[in-house]
Amino acid sequence: MNEEIIIAGFGGQGVLSLGKILAYSGIMEDLEVSWFPSYGPEMRGGTANVTVILSNERISSPVLNVYDTAIVFNQQSLDKFEPKVKPGGLLLYDPNGITRHPERKDIDIYQIDATKEGAALGSTKVLNMVALGAYLKLKPIVKLENVHKGLLKSLPERHHHLIPLNEKAIGVGMEKVKLIHKAEHVNAK
Amino acid sequence: MGEILLMKGNEALAEAIIRAGVDGYFGYPITPQSEVMEYLAAAKPEERTGMVLLQAESELAAINMLYGAGATGKKAITSSSSPGISLMQEGISYIAGAEIPVVVVNVVRGGPGLGTIQPAQSDYFQATKGGGHGDYHLLVLAPNSVQEMSDFVPLAFDLAFKYRNPVMILSDGLIGQMMEKVELFEPIPRWTDEYIREHHGNWATIGKTPDRERNIITSLDLVPERMEKHNMHLKEKYEQMEREEVRFEEIQTEDAEYLFVAYGSSSRIAMKAIKLARAEGIKVGLLRPITLYPFPKKRLRELADQVKGMLSVELSLGQMVEDVKLSVECRIPVEHYGRVGGMIPTPEEVVEALKTKIINR
Repeated sequence: MNEEIIIAGFGGQGVLSLGKILAYSGIMEDLEVSWFPSYGPEMRGGTANVTVILSNERISSPVLNVYDTAIVFNQQSLDKFEPKVKPGGLLLYDPNGITRHPERKDIDIYQIDATKEGAALGSTKVLNMVALGAYLKLKPIVKLENVHKGLLKSLPERHHHLIPLNEKAIGVGMEKVKLIHKAEHVNAK
Repeated sequence: MGEILLMKGNEALAEAIIRAGVDGYFGYPITPQSEVMEYLAAAKPEERTGMVLLQAESELAAINMLYGAGATGKKAITSSSSPGISLMQEGISYIAGAEIPVVVVNVVRGGPGLGTIQPAQSDYFQATKGGGHGDYHLLVLAPNSVQEMSDFVPLAFDLAFKYRNPVMILSDGLIGQMMEKVELFEPIPRWTDEYIREHHGNWATIGKTPDRERNIITSLDLVPERMEKHNMHLKEKYEQMEREEVRFEEIQTEDAEYLFVAYGSSSRIAMKAIKLARAEGIKVGLLRPITLYPFPKKRLRELADQVKGMLSVELSLGQMVEDVKLSVECRIPVEHYGRVGGMIPTPEEVVEALKTKIINR
């Protein structure tokens, strides 16, 4: 197993913490993990992104050009990373604010209305966990019990009372993820 | 097995500083290594081990605090990024001349000047060829993972005290900012004054007792005969390092027909490039220098008899490539590939460069 993921959106949408929780869950699953963020000017008000790799083997480059999965939360990130998904790979996006939808035919495309579902749960802050749920439904590479351990490890103790809400959000994401397009020529590994 | 955590390279370095029994950290914040001091401040080392954590008024002050602390036989360390390390060069030269064991960490960003805050490896010359004035070398360690950001701190102090020479950990923005699994080592207690007196009392300024001469720490000697002797003594140390401290890692070199030479973050990209190239049937391996000074010259010379060409992959315009060329003595083609200004080459680009610059040259 070697899963190469890019997660991208606006700063403040929880992109980096989604990556961190996924990486920590991977550690709990005994996988090798890496997490490399964009840092600097784009973090301060622009788009943020993070490359997360989970693998059975020692991880080589933490920086990549193409990805097995892209999870995107805004138009800029969709425009930038749709072409970077490997043929047969997965593109998961939040349609909130999207005017130009993805067009590729050789990848799996799914939507998750994470912003809307997060708001319905009472906190837009959990939109990243809604997306995590949607992703894990499609690619169950880590068990939910390990995601729980990952949340415990990655959130500071003062935020542990929010774990049940985060896990509820993961459940909502699993339930609400919607297929838009199935890859026509599946040659995924 | 120790505790396994997910940490940034900079955070792992900071935690390792406390665990390595360091007596003093002196520094001044700069991106992309600011997490080091942030982490140290939050971790309260003054309560955990009694370590001094001090934000100096400038990098010049910080390096001279290291001079003073190191001169007493204490373990002292600083970290900074490229422009800050340039400011420290005068102090580093004095420290090398005065033979004080200290550790300096450079989390490199792009230059020259203020440059960029993004990763680069453009300080190779500065780290390995002097940087400050005078005939001297730092012993330079190049971590390529978060684990090594932790492990190299106690190693750097061992080497610094073995040779009474400043050791540099040459990292970069990529290794500093990325998170990976790290297994932390068991804390090493700080040295007691008795320990320092016993092991370093022959040189450190720990207070004169009636039974011995004063220990004098200086880099100044106006008598040419004595100064030349001192220079030759430093040379002997560097020669001993070249004999005993060369460290490197080889990946898939057994059957390699071509070789990447890359350190730090570039070596990670080269590892991925090996997978891509081998999937196309190109037999390429990697030699990763772990010590940049002393450089693995001997092994590269041996590999020059096996492979048809070498590509030095660096986030620079071509610095380490000069040492690779000197090592192989023109026996085979050696070329350089790199991106600069904070750009990071993709593994695909590296494979392409191998084809155009070496295989189909």
